[in-house]
Amino acid sequence: MDANVNAQLNAKIVVDDIRKSFETRKGELPVVGGISLAIGEGEFVAIVGPSGCGKSTLMKMLCGFERPDSGSVMIDGQVRRGPSPKGILISQHGSVFPWLNVQQNLMFGLDGISEAEKARLADHYTAMVGLKGFEKSYPHELSGGMLKRVEIARALVMKPEILYMDEPFSALDALMNLKMRMELLRILGEERHTVLLITHDVEEAVHLADRIVVLSPRPTTIQATFEVDLPHPRKMSSPEAQALKEAVLRELGL
Amino acid sequence: MTKEKNFFAQKRGRILAPLCVLGLLIAVWWAVVVYTRSAIFPTPWQVVTGTLELVEDGTLWDHIGSSLMRVGAGFLLAITVAIPLGLWIGRMDAAWVTLNPLFQILRPISPIAWIPLAILWFGVGNASPIFLIFIASVFPMIVQTAAGVHTIERRYLRAAENFGVSRAKLYRQVIIPAVLPEIIVGMRITLGVAWLVVVAAEMIALRSGLGYLIMDSRNAGNRYDLVVAAMIIIGVIGLMLDGITRLLERLKSVRWRYGR
Repeated sequence: MDANVNAQLNAKIVVDDIRKSFETRKGELPVVGGISLAIGEGEFVAIVGPSGCGKSTLMKMLCGFERPDSGSVMIDGQVRRGPSPKGILISQHGSVFPWLNVQQNLMFGLDGISEAEKARLADHYTAMVGLKGFEKSYPHELSGGMLKRVEIARALVMKPEILYMDEPFSALDALMNLKMRMELLRILGEERHTVLLITHDVEEAVHLADRIVVLSPRPTTIQATFEVDLPHPRKMSSPEAQALKEAVLRELGL
Repeated sequence: MTKEKNFFAQKRGRILAPLCVLGLLIAVWWAVVVYTRSAIFPTPWQVVTGTLELVEDGTLWDHIGSSLMRVGAGFLLAITVAIPLGLWIGRMDAAWVTLNPLFQILRPISPIAWIPLAILWFGVGNASPIFLIFIASVFPMIVQTAAGVHTIERRYLRAAENFGVSRAKLYRQVIIPAVLPEIIVGMRITLGVAWLVVVAAEMIALRSGLGYLIMDSRNAGNRYDLVVAAMIIIGVIGLMLDGITRLLERLKSVRWRYGR
């Protein structure tokens, strides 16, 4: 018990019994039905769940775009009341500004330093995601995979403590999806961030996360938790990875 | 190689086909005038000589200049009022709900219907047509800008909120650029309307402008060659104005909106 409380105190993110319902014409629709979770500094947690279970609503509450009806989200011991640049959301549909070029997109959130310094930082992270030479390109000139890289670079340049990823690679084809996972792992090897990934792709979760949280159907609660004790680089065809994947899928009813 | 050829063939088609239609139209016009032996309606050649006459005595440039000046003044006045107002109304739901019905009532009133009031308030000087153009331009421009703000996708606003940028930066780097394509479309529509209105307004009073030229040519000796010349010039200038605003759509920072 004591150890548990201690772990909670040291955790980066502490989610305490958050609930959320929506008003519909048919009455109150409970979407998130009480979720508690503690995430350590530098930990990579994947949240998987059946589609429509309220994953995205949960994510919006975690990163501060929506307030829970009850319960709280604490970051570094402070109750979260709104979004902040300390935790950047990378969403499924992407939010790279189409009217700014790659460099301007990366410079967008930077503040309090000279333009030259902003540009230098932007170019550094552009190169880090493998887009050197595309600094002056506009988003409509880039492919879907390249846009995802821009989005990740734009989050990283802010030096966020937390990365919130809401199905970030689900719009990409299988090959690009795999490639982006490797890239993400490489980047996290260079710069450690606390990552919260929401996905419906179990293999993606097994490949990337330190811990997998499985959600129940709506109103969603935590149904099971899996520690992923596999060293990186992970081989997805290994028996351990396969066994874990099957166990998670079983939880999801497959 | 063949691709290049196609390109030029396409380009030629785009210029050649309309020119053919135009040539045909002029030929028919000419034939009909000659065939009916009309004493008043001019042949194309008479229109050309009439135009040259106006060019030589210099009045043509005065008329074009006056019309363009009035359109320019009214239009600029309208966009300086409409763009900030539209952005504000688009952001503030309460302002939208309160003011939108008013704009929707004022918008369908033809600017021509305002002419008596314009004369009453501003007399028959330059102020009247400028006011009419302002009235014709300002409402569509406000509505277009506000509607543009409403169509900004939520994810972009969320991202801006996430990065915690200042209000000024939010407007400068997110809201205005996101609405700019809408604003440019609005400017194109509005400038077309403004050009339509100035000519109509000038027909009522004043001593210069292309609209005045039309009425004056008819009243002073049935110079229908000059009437038709002025009509053609109005059309050509309208085409040029549209071309200029179309150039704005090529700006790199708005191209994302108009297809690839």
